[in-house]
Amino acid sequence: MATIAERLEVFWEEKPGLATFFETVDHKKLGFKYLYTGLIFFVLGGLQSLVLRAQLTSANLELVDPETYNQMFSMHGTTMMFLFAIPVLSGFGNYFVPLMIGARDMAFPRLNAFGYWVFLGAGLFMYSSFLGGSAPNDGWFNYPPLAGLEFSPGLNIDFYSLGLIFLSISTTAGAINFIVTIFKMRAPGMSINRMPIFVWGELAMALATVFALPSLTVALVMLELDRKFGFHFFDTEGGGDPILWQHLFWIFGHPWVYIIVLPAFGIVSTIIPTFSRRRMIGYIYVVLAEMAVALLGFGVWVHHMFSVGIPQISLSFISAASFMITIPSGTQFFAWLATIVAGKPVLKTPMLFVLGFIFLLAIGGFSGVMFASVPFDQQTTDTYFVVAHLHYVVVGGAVFPMFGALYYWLPKMTGKLLNEKMGRLSFWIMFIGFNLAFFPMHISGLLGQPRRVYTYEAGLGWDIWNLISTVGAFMLTFGILLTFVNWWRSVRKGEPAGDDPWGSETLEWATTSPPAEYNFETVPTVRSLQPLWDQPELREGPQSQEEGGYALTGGHETLATSLLDAQPQAVLEMPHESPWPALLTAALAVMFYGFLFDAYALAGLGALGSAGGLIGWFWPRGETQET
Amino acid sequence: MVLAPGGDAGNVSLLETSAPPQTTSRESALPRHVAGPRSTGWWGMVMLICTETMLFSALIASYFYLRYQLGPEWPPDGIEPPTLELPLIMTAILWSSSIPVHFAERAIMKGNQRRLRLGLALGFVLGATFLAMQLGLEYPETLAEFTPTTNAYGSLFYTITGFHGIHVLVGLMFSLWTQVRAWKGAFDAERHVTVQNFTMYWHFVDVVWLFVLSTIYLFPNA
Repeated sequence: MATIAERLEVFWEEKPGLATFFETVDHKKLGFKYLYTGLIFFVLGGLQSLVLRAQLTSANLELVDPETYNQMFSMHGTTMMFLFAIPVLSGFGNYFVPLMIGARDMAFPRLNAFGYWVFLGAGLFMYSSFLGGSAPNDGWFNYPPLAGLEFSPGLNIDFYSLGLIFLSISTTAGAINFIVTIFKMRAPGMSINRMPIFVWGELAMALATVFALPSLTVALVMLELDRKFGFHFFDTEGGGDPILWQHLFWIFGHPWVYIIVLPAFGIVSTIIPTFSRRRMIGYIYVVLAEMAVALLGFGVWVHHMFSVGIPQISLSFISAASFMITIPSGTQFFAWLATIVAGKPVLKTPMLFVLGFIFLLAIGGFSGVMFASVPFDQQTTDTYFVVAHLHYVVVGGAVFPMFGALYYWLPKMTGKLLNEKMGRLSFWIMFIGFNLAFFPMHISGLLGQPRRVYTYEAGLGWDIWNLISTVGAFMLTFGILLTFVNWWRSVRKGEPAGDDPWGSETLEWATTSPPAEYNFETVPTVRSLQPLWDQPELREGPQSQEEGGYALTGGHETLATSLLDAQPQAVLEMPHESPWPALLTAALAVMFYGFLFDAYALAGLGALGSAGGLIGWFWPRGETQET
Repeated sequence: MVLAPGGDAGNVSLLETSAPPQTTSRESALPRHVAGPRSTGWWGMVMLICTETMLFSALIASYFYLRYQLGPEWPPDGIEPPTLELPLIMTAILWSSSIPVHFAERAIMKGNQRRLRLGLALGFVLGATFLAMQLGLEYPETLAEFTPTTNAYGSLFYTITGFHGIHVLVGLMFSLWTQVRAWKGAFDAERHVTVQNFTMYWHFVDVVWLFVLSTIYLFPNA
C-alpha cells in the first residue's frame, strides 16, 4: 500500500534535467536560483568596490581613469541595491516563507518563476553595458540634468533606466506573490498573531514594494522619454524640473532602504529566540514596529534632499518624521536585547552575526539620527560621512543578518551543517574588516572628503583614513570568501544536519533537510506561535490526520485558508512546470534591447514575441490556475 | 486536464487505509474552486490595482508639481485649455462600458453563460470605441496644436492620457482572453475568478479616468 509520501511524489516530482531547469515552478529551486544569482551579483558589486578602494588607497593615484571610476561606483550601488539585496532576501523568502507557514508552494508558482527569469534578464541586460564600456555612470540615484541627454549622451543611462524598468516587473511580481502567499496559504490555525516575524518582515517588504516602486518606474519612464524622444519632464528649458526626479526617486528610494532592512530584521527576530532558548519578548510590538517602519518610510524622502533648497516648513515636517523612525526602530532593538538578556544565549555562528548586526546597526542608527537634523545634514551631505552611515545601515543591517541566515538555514536547504570554527573565523574577519573599512569614513567625511570623486590631493589629512579603509575592505572580502568556502565544503563533506539542528520553533524545521518537493507530508494544523516548541507531535514525523494534518494526496494541491484566522477554505490545484515564463522573459529582453538601440523594428519584434509568450502562457488548457 | 474533485477511486481507498474516515471527509468537504476574497487570484488582482494606483498617483502628482513650478499661465506658451466636448463624450462611453461588465459578472455568479458573454462583448465594444476615439479623433486634433516635445505640458498631456490608453488596451486584451474562455464554457457559478478579476481591472481603468479627466481636462479649464 502506497504511503502518503509515495502518493505525493507522483504529483509533485519534477523530472531532473535541462528542461526542468528552465521550467521549474518549485519555490525551493527558485529560492536557490535567486540566492545563487543574487550572490553572484554580490561578488561582482564587491569587486567593483575593491577597484574603488584600491584607487583611493593614497592621494593622486591613477589606477583607473575618472570615467571607469564613475562606472564602478554607479554599478556598485545599483548592483548592491537592486541586484543583490532584494533578490537574496527574496531568495530566502521564496524558500522559507512557504515552509514557515506550512504551505506546499507560493500562491502563484509560474509568476514566481517569471519573477526570477526577469530578474536574471534585467541583471544581464544592465551588465551587458560593460561590453561596450558604457555602464551607468551617474551614481545609483542618477540625477538629471547630469543623467539627461545633454551631459550623458552615451547609452550608459539608457542601460540604467531600461534595465531598472525591466527589473521592476520582476520585483512587483515577486512582491504580489509574497503578499498573496502570506495572506492566503498559511497552514490551518496559523492566525496572523501566530505568524513568524520573518514572514511579517517579508510581508512588510512586499507591501512597501507594491506602494513605493511605481514612483521609480514613472521617473525612469519619464527620463527615457526625455532622452529618447525629446520630452521635457526634467529639462527647465521646456518647463520641466530636474528636482521632480529627486522627489520621485526618493519617494521610492527611502522606503526601498526599509524594504531591504525589514526582512533582514525578520531574520534577526528569527535567529534570536532560537539561540536565546526562549520565545521572542514583545512579539506583537516587534510586529507593529516592523509595519510602522514600513509606513513611516514613505514620509521621510525629503531628508535625502535637505540641501536642495526646499522650503523650511517642509524640511521641519520631514525632519520630525525622520526622528519618529527611531521609536519603532528602538522598540525592535530593545525587544531583541531583552530576549537575549532574559534567555540563555548560545553563541553559535548565526547568533554571532546577529550580535554583530546589533552593534553595527546601533552605530548606523546613531549617524542616521544625526542626519535627521537639517543643519547637520547640510554640512555633511555628499561626504564620506554619508557613505559610512549608509554602509553601516545596509551592510550592518542587511548583509550581516543575511550571512547569519546562511549559517542558520543552509543546513535546512542542503542537509549539511557548515563548519562552526570556520564560521566564527569568517564572522570575526568580516566584523573587524567591516569596521576598519567603514568607521574611518566617518572621520574622512567630517574632514570634508567628498564621495564619488576619483582621487584627492595629499596633505588634507585624509590619507591615513583612506589607507585604513582600503585595508579593511580587502579584509572584509576575505571574511566573506571564507563563508563561501565553508558553504562549498559543507555540501561536499559537511556533517548531516538532521531535521532540526538548532532546536528551533518554526515549521520549516518540522520537515526533512532538504525538504521533499511537497514540503510536508501533511499540511499541519498550527496551535501556537512556536509550533515546534509547543506541539511535540510535529517532531515525530508528519502530523497525523487525527491531530489536524491535511495529506491532500489527490493531486498537485495545497490549502487556501482565511486571511485573519487561517480557517481552511479551499483545496487549490497548483500549476505544473511551464516553459512560458522563461520564454516570455527572453522576448521582453529583445524588446528592451530594441528600445536601447533605437531599433524600433527589433522592439516591435520583442513586443510581438511577448504577446506570443503571453498567449502561450495563458492559452486555455483547462487548468485550474495558470499563474 | 482538470482532476475531478475527490480524485480517482484508488486515491480514496488509500486514504481510508491511512486515516480514519472522518478526516478524509474533512478534506473532501473543502471546495476546489472558490472566487472573491477566498481565492488567491482575487487578492493578486487587488495588489496589482494597488500598485497601478500608485503609478497613476505618481504621474498625476508630477503633473501638479510641474504645473506649480511654472508661472501663473497654464497651459503655458499660449496653448489653449483642452476643449471639453469630445473628452466628455468619451467619458460617457468609457464609463457606460462598466455597466454591461458589471452585469456580466453578476450573471456568471448565478451561472448564466449567455448574459456573461453578452455583457463582456458589449463592454469590449464600448471600451474599443473609447480607444478609437482617443487615437482617431482626439489626438489628431491636439497634435495639430501641440506635441509631447513642445513643452512639459505636452509631455504630461500625452504621457498621462497615453498611460491610461495603454491600460484600456490591456483591459481589452484581458477582455478578449476572458471572452474566449467564456465561449469555451470555462466559467460557472463556482468558477469565475477570471471574470471577477477582469471586472475589477476594468472598473479600475474607469475609476482612474475620473482622475485623469479632472487633472488633464477639467483643471486647466477651472
